[in-house]
Amino acid sequence: MLKQTEGSHAVAEAVGLCRPEVICAYPISPQTHIVEGLGEMVKSGEVTDCEFINVESEFAAMSVAIGSSATGARTYTATASQGILFMCEAVYNASGLGLPIVMTVANRAIGAPINIWNDHTDALSQRDSGWIQLFAETNQEALDLHILAFKLAEEVSLPVMVCMDGFILTHAYERVDVPTQEQVDAFLPPYEPRQALDPTDPVSIGAMVGPEAFSEVRYLAHAKQMQALELIPKLAAQFKTIFGRDSGGLTHSYLTDDAETIVVAMGSILGTIKDVVDEMRQAGEKIGVLGISSYRPFPLDNVRAALQNAKRVVVLEKSLAVGIGGVVSTDVRMAMSGLQLEGHTVVAGLGGRAITMKSLHALFAKAIRGELERLTFLDLDWDVVNKQLERERTTRRSGPAAESMLRDVGVVAARIG
Amino acid sequence: MSFQPVHFYQTGTFTVGNRLLEPSERSVQANIQRTNSLNSGHRACQGCGEALGARYAIDAAMNAARGRLIAANATGCLEVFSTPYPETSWQIPWIHSLFGNTAAVATGIAAAIKVKKHKGEMGDVRVVAQGGDGGTTDIGFGCLSGMFERNDDVLYICYDNGGYMNTGVQRSSATPPAARTATTMPVGPEPGNQFGQGKFVPAIAMAHEIPYVATATVADLRDLEYKVTKAMGIRGARYIHILVPCPLGWGAASEDTILLARLAKETGIFPVFEAENGEVTGTLKIRRKQPVEAYLQRQKRYAHLFGKKPAVETIARLQAAADKNIRKYGLLDQEAN
Repeated sequence: MLKQTEGSHAVAEAVGLCRPEVICAYPISPQTHIVEGLGEMVKSGEVTDCEFINVESEFAAMSVAIGSSATGARTYTATASQGILFMCEAVYNASGLGLPIVMTVANRAIGAPINIWNDHTDALSQRDSGWIQLFAETNQEALDLHILAFKLAEEVSLPVMVCMDGFILTHAYERVDVPTQEQVDAFLPPYEPRQALDPTDPVSIGAMVGPEAFSEVRYLAHAKQMQALELIPKLAAQFKTIFGRDSGGLTHSYLTDDAETIVVAMGSILGTIKDVVDEMRQAGEKIGVLGISSYRPFPLDNVRAALQNAKRVVVLEKSLAVGIGGVVSTDVRMAMSGLQLEGHTVVAGLGGRAITMKSLHALFAKAIRGELERLTFLDLDWDVVNKQLERERTTRRSGPAAESMLRDVGVVAARIG
Repeated sequence: MSFQPVHFYQTGTFTVGNRLLEPSERSVQANIQRTNSLNSGHRACQGCGEALGARYAIDAAMNAARGRLIAANATGCLEVFSTPYPETSWQIPWIHSLFGNTAAVATGIAAAIKVKKHKGEMGDVRVVAQGGDGGTTDIGFGCLSGMFERNDDVLYICYDNGGYMNTGVQRSSATPPAARTATTMPVGPEPGNQFGQGKFVPAIAMAHEIPYVATATVADLRDLEYKVTKAMGIRGARYIHILVPCPLGWGAASEDTILLARLAKETGIFPVFEAENGEVTGTLKIRRKQPVEAYLQRQKRYAHLFGKKPAVETIARLQAAADKNIRKYGLLDQEAN
């Protein structure tokens, strides 16, 4: 059914249709509307046979999820930013134990300085946690990915993060097609756990493993992600037959076949990039876009196949690996190993900084002219940075950096672009 | 086993043999049908109070739950000595997740059971969570308080040996004042652990007004079984805090485990009581009051108090704390005073 609704609510409806059995909720912006929506659905009886638990921290949210998933219950939670860092130990534990929990990450920056707006540093901080990480481009895809995520998680017994841009998607009202219960039931069978805490068949879960088997257990986690790499396109095909839409998959290519310049990105910024690409195509530039939907497992072969005939690759990412540059670009470069390509990393949109079409036009044109540096911070205000560097060079007690730089900017919340 | 009427040779003793009791009054451990939930072959030290406490507590819980029990376990000695895979001592469904999240994991298990039971996919299965004092009073405290506050249907059992014994005897918030640990060495002007405000989690559990809170020691195993059984007859959040001497961490003889647990109770250092909905409803009285020295002197962790110049003032402070417990919890019968 077509609906004009908020991204968070669309996700809540999708999760509700997946017949969750335990939902853990802890508030953190910008995911709150999702669990609020689910809380209401469970309390009103719209979603039945489900325990909705208000916990005392994100660490508890993931820990409750571990307990319920290990007891064979389909389990969901949502978080963002500091929340994912606070639950980090349990995030690794959930994947290490092979528990198919599904969690929405409403992508948000990580402090300090504290910032509630969107970028991808929260989810990418957990890229090695063993979770499958799927990134949504639109609200429709965010809705669809949750249905796919439960199926994927339960097939390979691994937890899945569905990442959607905080505010940009979670708080945007858009038209979405909400599937019927019959459609979801046809796609997603009841959860059959590989392991469960069951008094009729007692097992010990979470034992200590020494050097004699630790590598093998860890390799199995990798092997399962490689299984997921095979499974994700198949599930996307199955999804299409039931729901009639393309959703999920490993990557999405847009005008890459003859492209000399290919921009690689994840999440909602792909829409803006495609608009810029359309305009540049009209001006005769051979430019295309590669969207990565599955960040973990990372589809090395698909990325390589999409990029191998290009001359240059611009990875535009909402994340920063401090001390080297890009996070996604490192993986893209691994996919490009041996290819003679110009590679550029563009760090953009940190902490909610708007990525404008104007800036992207200028950026891509610079890349095509061969003038783009290997690492660029899009729209960086050099005056503010240099002023602070100068202050630190000349004054020992230069004070708190973020506060000084804000003072230099001089306005608060008046300019996000 | 034939039945003989009880004839108490020592009035009020706990050492009466099972053969003198009616079958219904015999201990869970005395029953050949006991589940051996924590089975033999595990790797606890000789004289480990925690292994003994866990064995009695979990078997009593299993008995009360008619064999339908799931346990969540914090990281710590109990976890490490019971599951050096591929071996496991647990005869019941058991999960170890992390050090600080056991109460929350148990909440998740209880929630899953509730849903599965409602759907008819599972019977009435009960949940226990267990951890040491570090996993309970320190790192797991947030999750524990959350579980209490929501009144989740979990029995949490803390095995308190007064420190992080698994990592090499470091101080926890349950380490008693003046005690030596690897991080509170007996050096300097105030040797051993500091005299703080104390963090007695049973009292904090009572402040949550959960249905049932109890303390116990491994010296009174029938009392422990009684409290676990009683706790299992109640729904909601329940907490049992068991004092379990640690020969390694306390610097005590392995054969003194029971004796030290008894002395902790008989001196008033460890009050043994039970409470319902935030109010004390019963105490285990001191039978023969002992000075704290009787307890302290048997442990090397207090050796610095009894050198050439005994730390008279420190010992007096410890005695005062024990006396305060005696007053506060009414541990002495009026006539015994």
